[in-house]
Amino acid sequence: MSTEATPVAAAARSDDFATLQGVEYAVNGKPIFRGLDIGIRRGEVTAIMGPSGTGKTTLLRLITGQIRADRGIVLVDGRDVGRMRRKELYALRRRMGMLFQNGALLTDLDVFENVAFPLREHTDLPERLIRNVVLTKLHAVGLRGAATLMPQELSGGMARRVALARAIAMDPDILIYDEPFAGLDPISMGVVLRLIRQLNDALGVSSVVVTHDVHEISRIADTSYILSEGRVVAKGSADELESNDSPIVRQFVGGRADGPVPFHYPAPDYREQLLGAEGST
Amino acid sequence: MTDLAGELLGSARYFVERVGAIARFLVRLIALIPAGLLRFRLIVAQVYNAGALSLVIIMTSGLFVGMVLGLQGYDLLQRFGSEDSLGTGAALALLRELGPVVTALLFAGRAGTALASEIGLMRATDQLTAMEMMAVDPMKYVVLPRFLGGVISMPLLTAAFIAIGIFGVQLVGVQMLGVDQGSFWSQMRAAVEFDDVREGLIKGVVFGIACSLIAVFEGYHAEPTAEGVGRATTRTVVVSAVLTLVLDYLLTAFML
Repeated sequence: MSTEATPVAAAARSDDFATLQGVEYAVNGKPIFRGLDIGIRRGEVTAIMGPSGTGKTTLLRLITGQIRADRGIVLVDGRDVGRMRRKELYALRRRMGMLFQNGALLTDLDVFENVAFPLREHTDLPERLIRNVVLTKLHAVGLRGAATLMPQELSGGMARRVALARAIAMDPDILIYDEPFAGLDPISMGVVLRLIRQLNDALGVSSVVVTHDVHEISRIADTSYILSEGRVVAKGSADELESNDSPIVRQFVGGRADGPVPFHYPAPDYREQLLGAEGST
Repeated sequence: MTDLAGELLGSARYFVERVGAIARFLVRLIALIPAGLLRFRLIVAQVYNAGALSLVIIMTSGLFVGMVLGLQGYDLLQRFGSEDSLGTGAALALLRELGPVVTALLFAGRAGTALASEIGLMRATDQLTAMEMMAVDPMKYVVLPRFLGGVISMPLLTAAFIAIGIFGVQLVGVQMLGVDQGSFWSQMRAAVEFDDVREGLIKGVVFGIACSLIAVFEGYHAEPTAEGVGRATTRTVVVSAVLTLVLDYLLTAFML
């Protein structure tokens, strides 16, 4: 069912591939989002940043329809993900490519078969063509020579590049990256960073990157959002974020240990706890 | 007292919810069977994993169970001077009870835990979510082939257990203790009827469904942590073992 006729949907920018408007979401009564507004522009790299626990991965799960918002609307290519049935959702996901933090490669298949997996499942392409597509995708991420390796034989960076090749196997319209740089050495990080930008431009896709790495992602992102306490606290280009005066943005961009996001988890008075009744924790 | 009643009520509610969830899961699996049969290669691979790879432990156990049965049976029967009936008694015990039950318990311990931990680890490492994100239903691709592989393997393993068990009885009874070979085999052939074979076969199929269902259910619903996968594996063995014994009583009462 198209939602283009609804007032909220009509208000969404036509050049946004995905839009979240007034999204509220809570887990076990604890609010994660309290009126979130985000637009993922077509053909751009959009970075989603924020301190740990602000719901960045939850945001991706909302966009991909793995969970549904309590309130508000999540539009992907003009369609309300929250109202989609399973079949419609699966049809939409065929147009999405997602890179998981750990790669999430299928451990019983080798590199070639991992990349071929979505092609075999969703197309009737002849084996020769599947082979060519897989080798092309692996070549794009620089791992054509690793086609016969098993996932457990790959380094963290290589696993993520194979997962990236798999994510682009079906030529998606949107690529979603969940912490793509986590645990990578500087060389692997540079490779993945360059690939995100190159694939975005070469394939003409829209990209969403959830990450903590402010300075790395600022080099390639067109637009960045910083989330805190369930809302967007800053939005703009790398330069705009650098010149933002908000204390939370300053703390996050500057990597300061203490600030609006406190160093200490809420706790009773330190002196009272140390000198108080024995056994009280 | 109120606390105890509350706890009992909570446990009862959890039990009913769990049974309901397992039943719904089974219905979903059955509905997926027609589509799942198209992935024949995956099912064959799982018959190999659950069946062929369990064969060594099943046959070793079957041999020793048969040998113990030979010793105990001979000791008991010679008191009545009817040790020639050793073959009959052992074959009936293996066909109707020991074969299906012990195979199911061993299957739960070897293949069931492997299934549960494999699916649980796939959950913990986002492989199942990745499939969903690629618009591939993990129930069809991962769970159903493993379930069917287990269901197909169990009766075959039961047959292997019984055959090697009877060989074990013969080894001890005839070769070691001197029971007459002709009487051993002829009395067995005369006394064992098709109904006895059918009872073992039905039990094998039912236990196969029960043990495979519990394993894939627990694995699929495991918490995505190392501890969660461990708990799912433990629950698989415990629930499968208890369920096998309960079903054994019900089936025996129904078929006698």
